Amino acid sequence: MTNPSNSIIIESLQVATVIFLAPLFTGWVRMLKCWAQARTSAGIVQPYRDIYKLFFKEVVLAENASWIFRFTPYMVFGATVMAGAIIPVISTRAPLSATADIIALVAIFALARFFSALAGMDAGTAFGGMGSSREMMVASLAEPAMLMSVFTISLVNRSTSLSQMTHVIVNSPIILRPSLAFELLAFTLIAIAETGRIPVDNPATHLELTMIHEAMCLEFSGRHLALIEWAKEIKLFLFASLGIALFAPWGMATGEALPSLIISYITLAAKLAVIGVAIVLIETRLAKMRIFRVPEFLGSAFLLATLGMLSYFMLE
Amino acid sequence: MPFFSPLPMAFSSIVIFLMMAVLALALQNRQTFLVNMAFFLSTVSCGIGLYAGFEAVASGSQQTMIMPIGLPDLPFYIRVDALSGFFLSLVCLIGLFVSIYSFDYVKGIISTRSATKLVVFYCLFMAGMLLVLISDDAYFFLSSWELMALSSFFLVSFEDESAKNRRAAFLYILIAHIGAVMILLSFGILAGFAAGFENFMGYRFSAMRSAELSTLWASIAFFLAFFGFASKAGVIPLHVWLPEAHPAAPSNISALMSAVMLKIAVYGILRVCMDIIGIQLWWWGGVVLTIGLITAVMGILYALMQVDIKRVLAYSSVEHVGIITVGIGLSMIFTYFKLGTLAALALTAALYHSLSHSVFKSLLFMAAGSILHATGERNMERLGGLIHKMPWTSAMFLVGALSIAAMPPFSGFASEWLTFQAFLLSPVLPNPLLKLLFPLGAALLALTAALSARCFVKVFAVTFLGSARQASATEPHEVGISMRLAMSLAAVSSLALGLFPSFVIDWIDTVPQSLVGGRIASSAGAFGWMWLTPISAERASYSGPIVFIGILAALAVAWLAFHVKKAATRRSAPWDCGFEKMTPRMQYNSTSFAMPLRRIFGFLFIVRESVRTSRAQPGAAPRIRYSLRIEDRLWYVFYKPFSDAAFYLAKQANRLQHGRVQIYLLYSFITLITLLVFA
Repeated sequence: MTNPSNSIIIESLQVATVIFLAPLFTGWVRMLKCWAQARTSAGIVQPYRDIYKLFFKEVVLAENASWIFRFTPYMVFGATVMAGAIIPVISTRAPLSATADIIALVAIFALARFFSALAGMDAGTAFGGMGSSREMMVASLAEPAMLMSVFTISLVNRSTSLSQMTHVIVNSPIILRPSLAFELLAFTLIAIAETGRIPVDNPATHLELTMIHEAMCLEFSGRHLALIEWAKEIKLFLFASLGIALFAPWGMATGEALPSLIISYITLAAKLAVIGVAIVLIETRLAKMRIFRVPEFLGSAFLLATLGMLSYFMLE
Repeated sequence: MPFFSPLPMAFSSIVIFLMMAVLALALQNRQTFLVNMAFFLSTVSCGIGLYAGFEAVASGSQQTMIMPIGLPDLPFYIRVDALSGFFLSLVCLIGLFVSIYSFDYVKGIISTRSATKLVVFYCLFMAGMLLVLISDDAYFFLSSWELMALSSFFLVSFEDESAKNRRAAFLYILIAHIGAVMILLSFGILAGFAAGFENFMGYRFSAMRSAELSTLWASIAFFLAFFGFASKAGVIPLHVWLPEAHPAAPSNISALMSAVMLKIAVYGILRVCMDIIGIQLWWWGGVVLTIGLITAVMGILYALMQVDIKRVLAYSSVEHVGIITVGIGLSMIFTYFKLGTLAALALTAALYHSLSHSVFKSLLFMAAGSILHATGERNMERLGGLIHKMPWTSAMFLVGALSIAAMPPFSGFASEWLTFQAFLLSPVLPNPLLKLLFPLGAALLALTAALSARCFVKVFAVTFLGSARQASATEPHEVGISMRLAMSLAAVSSLALGLFPSFVIDWIDTVPQSLVGGRIASSAGAFGWMWLTPISAERASYSGPIVFIGILAALAVAWLAFHVKKAATRRSAPWDCGFEKMTPRMQYNSTSFAMPLRRIFGFLFIVRESVRTSRAQPGAAPRIRYSLRIEDRLWYVFYKPFSDAAFYLAKQANRLQHGRVQIYLLYSFITLITLLVFA
């Protein structure tokens, strides 16, 4: 068995990595996007500057906002960090990974969303309500597709425990499974919807009619906004890491030895860099779709996940 | 039989209820004393019943008794085993919350009307439900079943001055009796085969268990019983009475009906379909599973379309009964294929969900009752901003909403997670069709959970957040101490059920053991009380306490690190896009929140939406009238034709009626002649 003090070190390292490197990933994506669109970028560390600045800004609360509104940023941040402790990022043996399997992980993200949606309605404006309503619509359609995709991956690995799934893939030879290829496609579509990227939502917009997530968070300011933004960056980082853990965990440390951890960090950085490029390519090539096209988008994610499952039963 | 054992304790609990029902009639003129006494005795009696049920499950043994009342040679048989013990404790736990809640709630009623009727039928209703659980023969079972149905009919029609309530009660009693007839026929088949159609001795459950039925007759008996109980549980398409009847009753009774009475129907399905008949064909479970899934998805979609807070809760009970039925269906299929552990897992999921649904649904109905008590309003479109006026109630409702939306670490999540695990283990089934269809079922269940989250975000946000949409006649106020205490107890139970599922699973393990011959407690609790590992640690694990503490710790660290900073906080008007004339009516309301889903799933309903513009005079600003009607398509498929046919037949039969004595004498004469000819 593993040494408990080592476990604590690994877990702390992982949580620290998730919390403090997440803005860097967002910075990377934004920088690439600027380059791709022939704009001058603000630099890769701009998200850190934004968060730092917001923490010292005044908090402006809507007149009839209740404690829910003030509690939500902390709740969202707390739940997202908890999710970060569960997904194996640097080692397949993340000690807290066993506390929740992938279904519980989805539910922890849902908990954060539940509170954000409440906060959106708390100020009593039409915008907040619109954002909450749309966000919950996207989520309720994404969840069945997510479960279908999880189901197939758990069929392949005979587990829904994240740490176990990752461990199985790392320790098995690299084989191309058609089922996992379908699931990767489905998962990509779901991750785009869940993290609010183009073509489902545009994280950079403040145009009233197109906002989903931003409309919900419109009333936040100061340190509250800083926490919400930070949590959003962590969520993007985590979905990228979840994709890596489920589909391409090779290179990830399987124990606690220092050399393997260093290799783990290097491969993680390389994989994230590639994912960043992919995100930028998608976002530069596609336009945001109409909100009522999102059901079709997520419907196709569901179909892809189902096809993956069928191909598992037929071919493997 | 020692007195402090399950059967005598359960029996004394029932006797207290029956005595109170009689006593209430004598105390008619002293209403306050009556209410205090009745609900004090009810609290005590529920405590006794809770102990009885707990012991029965924990010991896993059974006790039987024969009572020489009833018809000559047909005594009542009584039996308490693990299954009835589980439901006994469920009924009494919720009964305990509701009794405490009723002290203050019913006192709010006696200022306007006499509560005697409420107290009498409340006691009979509780007694009826408990009697159903301990009965061990068809005759006693159906008598108790009728006691339960009739007393709840009078509770639904308690406020009988409104025509809507009378109609709801009529619909309820009608469908309840269609269900009762189906159950009676099913018992008839079983008892007939048990005694070889010679005598009445097959009416005992133990005789029915040993009856030898052909597959055809077993299927008929199975589905008669299933649909009979399903009509009481509100399974689609037999659900139409539920959203009418539950909101019509006073809120403490709605809590009992939704949280407990539906579970008695679930008990019926388990007792008759699984215990007495037994699973002989795999597709029985398949049908049950499919119906459960349809019920779950449709139930929550209906709930989303409602604007009346109690109707939302009633429809969401339909959804949760669907989820429980899914668990039972899974368990039936696994039982048929002799997969004991998996059958035990699915059954445990169903039982656990029954328990957690009872707790959070009673909590939500009690909170809805508090809102009704404080504002006199059930329509969410006229509420808003109650979190400032009713902080306690709103916090309790939030706990209920988080539980029902299956958010970790609350109880709804633990039980739905178990159901998902049962689904995910289906690939071991030998049947390829089932292998392919099960994942689709799991996806539908995920859709249900997600929609449920959406629904309760809507209910909580529209009712408690924002600002009041309409000035109310009276200033809303926080409710009395007994109501707050009852809600808090339910909220704490809901959290405890979510945090420590392995204790509960360990406790109820005797039920699957006796019913499907498998058990999961040894594997589920293999890593101590903090961990839930249904099959093995490699397969899946969940730790409620660690998730809870983890989120709290991260939250606390964020709070300490960033909140105490001296950055200024100020209040200001929300962003109004520069219009400057925002009114509370411009807030998103329940109808607008549900609009995207009406658009996506609208084809399942009959949605009539119209916008009319009119001008009072030329040049004046137009007045816009928006109206929306959502109707149940199933009503037109399953009910309208029958009610039309019934009316048509009644009209035809009416032709025979003329009100003239001579004609009636002629009828008698013709009848006599006919009888003489054929006799």
